[in-house]
Amino acid sequence: MVTQSVFYILIVFVGTGGELCVSRAMKTIGEITDFHPHAIARVVGRALALPRMWMGISLMAVAFFALLGMLSLAKVSFVFPSTALSYAVGALGGKIFLHERVTPQRWLGVALVCVGVALVFLGKR
Amino acid sequence: MTPSGGLHLKTTILILIMISVAPLGDMFLGKGMKQVGAMGSWAPANLFHFFFRAFTSGTVWLGIGLLLTFFVAYLLVLSWADYSYVQPASSASYVLIALLAHFVLREGISPIRWAGIAVICLGVFVVGHTHPQTPEHHSW
Repeated sequence: MVTQSVFYILIVFVGTGGELCVSRAMKTIGEITDFHPHAIARVVGRALALPRMWMGISLMAVAFFALLGMLSLAKVSFVFPSTALSYAVGALGGKIFLHERVTPQRWLGVALVCVGVALVFLGKR
Repeated sequence: MTPSGGLHLKTTILILIMISVAPLGDMFLGKGMKQVGAMGSWAPANLFHFFFRAFTSGTVWLGIGLLLTFFVAYLLVLSWADYSYVQPASSASYVLIALLAHFVLREGISPIRWAGIAVICLGVFVVGHTHPQTPEHHSW
């Protein structure tokens, strides 16, 4: 149980922190309009030159190792929904760190997703 | 097509790619990790052997390949769309992973969990009807 809790915290908080870093890094690059393979490769190259991207990738890698550990212990249909707290953490992080304007409708959607995943969590057997 | 319409279209296409490949990747990861077996303890040697077994599993690598495809689509969509829009919208993959877990991995899923999945669908529908880009962005 302790092991699963440690994995859970790493997946939700560290993973979301990594995604926020990656999101910020991609906004630095700007909107992508050319979807040719060489253009995408150039964008990936530019992204990988940003320290914040590497910080994000590192945090997401830690979360991924935790996910592998969690998947060895629990059902797939439990592991993925149970990490739904990342939706609330992500929306809060987007508002606080990325200064995104989260509309009331989007908050409602996030809340519904959280309620739904909470039900999924409660349905564990 | 208006710029806003084009933005919605390319956002929708990339999110559809994300919610298709991510559940398949998750399913293969889960299947692979069940074959690897449970992690015994936090001892360094045990951790090494655990992750060594994980990263020598073909099934795990198939899952990783699919998740890398997801990640590229995710990076592209995050270059213009709000994180707080993309993350919940991509949650539709939770529904698909539950279906794959039930029908492919033969996992038992209780009625209350299926009800939860229905509420998730509603949440995704609500989020999907907001604009993917809000105007206020500042440096962090």
